[in-house]
Amino acid sequence: MAIKYNDNAFKDNVNTNLERDFMRGAVTSAQNRLHGGRLKAVDELGDWEEWRKHGEEIRQHVLDNLDYYLYELSENVEKAGGHVFFAQTPEEANAYIQSVVQKQQATRVLKSKSMVTEEISLNEALEEIGCTVLETDLGEYILQLDDHDKPSHIVAPSVHKNRFQIKEVFVKKLGYPEDGSADAKDLARFVRTILRDDYMQAEVGITGCNFAIADSGSISLVTNEGNAGLVTTIPKTQIAVMGMERIVPSLEEMEVLVNMLTRSAVGQKLTSYVNVITGPKRAEDVDGPEEFHLVILDNGRSDILAGEFKSVLQCIRCAACVNVCPVYRHIGGHSYNSIYSGPIGAVLTPLLAGYDDFKELPYASSLCGACTDACPVKIPLHELLLKHRQVIVEKEGRAPVSEGLMMKGFSVGASNSTLFNVGTKIAAAVMKPLSKDQMISKGVGPLKDWTDIRDFPIVEREKLRDWFDKREKKGGK
Amino acid sequence: MKVSLFATCLVDTFQTNVGKATVELLERLGCEIEFPRSQVCCGQPAYNSGYVEKAKEPMRKMIDTFLDAEVIVTPSGSCATMFKEYPHVFKDDPAYAEKAQIVADKTYELTDFIVNVLKVEDVGATFNHKITYHPSCHMTRLLGVKDAPFTLLNNVKGLEFIPLPYSYNCCGFGGTFSVKMGNISEQMVDEKVDSAIETEAEYLVGADGGCLMNIGGRMHRRGEKIKTIHIAEILNQQA
Repeated sequence: MAIKYNDNAFKDNVNTNLERDFMRGAVTSAQNRLHGGRLKAVDELGDWEEWRKHGEEIRQHVLDNLDYYLYELSENVEKAGGHVFFAQTPEEANAYIQSVVQKQQATRVLKSKSMVTEEISLNEALEEIGCTVLETDLGEYILQLDDHDKPSHIVAPSVHKNRFQIKEVFVKKLGYPEDGSADAKDLARFVRTILRDDYMQAEVGITGCNFAIADSGSISLVTNEGNAGLVTTIPKTQIAVMGMERIVPSLEEMEVLVNMLTRSAVGQKLTSYVNVITGPKRAEDVDGPEEFHLVILDNGRSDILAGEFKSVLQCIRCAACVNVCPVYRHIGGHSYNSIYSGPIGAVLTPLLAGYDDFKELPYASSLCGACTDACPVKIPLHELLLKHRQVIVEKEGRAPVSEGLMMKGFSVGASNSTLFNVGTKIAAAVMKPLSKDQMISKGVGPLKDWTDIRDFPIVEREKLRDWFDKREKKGGK
Repeated sequence: MKVSLFATCLVDTFQTNVGKATVELLERLGCEIEFPRSQVCCGQPAYNSGYVEKAKEPMRKMIDTFLDAEVIVTPSGSCATMFKEYPHVFKDDPAYAEKAQIVADKTYELTDFIVNVLKVEDVGATFNHKITYHPSCHMTRLLGVKDAPFTLLNNVKGLEFIPLPYSYNCCGFGGTFSVKMGNISEQMVDEKVDSAIETEAEYLVGADGGCLMNIGGRMHRRGEKIKTIHIAEILNQQA
């Protein structure tokens, strides 16, 4: 699937999605539900600010010493009998995974939810070599069934669909009875019976990785459905794919971050399952794969690590920022045209995939700071969005010429009070004939975009400074 | 106490009533008000659009203007936040780094100043109306002023307060965002207006001119009965 979804302009994608009433209803109600849940869950921890500081420290420490921990991790994975592959690019990652699958002469691949495999278009790469790939996370499975609809959220990929739409997909694709219930429990039970058979026949299991644990060479998977447990135990070959920054030093730090992850993501103390897996099956184990491969992906992360956007790599993919974003609330995930949506997507996507296709994303924010406030590991998201804008304007020179001129005018006018005074008085005279009831409904020039939506106040005849002058002259206070 | 009023360009130009109320209110509370004439704008419109270098000129002007003030008070959470950002903006500028810090350290948003510096919780105002309150984003999240407006409103006689549903969501202003991403901003401000109407309040109160101009402008366009009002105007109302 790669990072980018389509070739449409940002504005067109937004306009299309603003028309999608079902999507908007589903997203708004999910946000409203998650809001209270998250606050309650983090409140239970006591001093949440202290936890956030601790979480930030852990992530920063790992990023500052990433070379050390990557080395430790790979050594320990190999000690446990696993194989490690460092992939610079999506192509390298896919080629390696293809070769592992082909060596097994496997054609049936099971997957549990993983954004990084979306990032590298792994499913397509596997289908190219004749494999059937089955997504086992319910949300991902629904999207796969629905003619490969795209994820609109990094944690809840099908959040843009309500249960009635999901039922429709099941009726159309799985023969679910048309008069069957649209109750979430019934729908889940139905899918469960279908997926069970596929689990038993799969030859290769592929997962993402929430956190890799450097000192034990383990990977961990945080799920609610238990699907990752089956994906990692039934198939004989297991492959885990991770972004190179997703490491913790030891189980101790993992415990802290998982605590913060599940609370921030879904308002739960803990998800139903947290799997920690170390290497392939050992002699004394009752189950587990015979082969274990860990693919560690760079894909631009080294460059981010070395630059001014480094802190975005602290991300633990909880989507708390997405769930509080008032822009995401209205435009939904697909408008971002990227597998990474919401504030984290608006920061990360241009870094991974460039400004050519994504230079509008940093502007899709009112800089309200809700994201920064919600982030459990204290990524200053709104500041990074601002940083992107600065890079786009000052380093890349990609801002519209008209905007540049306006800002030049602003800089001059706002640095000189005499000029400002005269200018606003001229504006008052110009605007006066356009107004009615002290408001302007049809602005011209730079005001037009404002008055397309709302009325604009006219400049007051007497400015505050003039009132103040008069008052002082009169000997008022 | 001698207060240097940082009026903000919006109040100086479009919302003079807010400025007058701020002056009268602070005088009633025993302050002496000065209006430094060379002030214009904090630079936020350019800064938040990515034109950091172009924003620096107006910012330097403001730093020079307010450097010698005893305290700086502004009826805007967002513009106060911008002043607080100055040390960060000028951290590598030897001529202004220290001055920026001095200005930032003595800058207060109006309600924060009244409650936490003047130590006044009841300004003796009367306002016989039903109101709801929109906590603006920069003021609550970035500046960290959350409780002061409620402390003051709670003590206004005759005032009936109804909480605003989803009050934590941005109103869709965001400076240039409101015009650059007009179609998204429209959805956000509409939800804010709908929430305000749901409270059946007569006024939506705020402490930031930008947000009020956005919400009020949309209310006016839609022909709604509910109006916006700045908190300074309420606190300055006497029986």
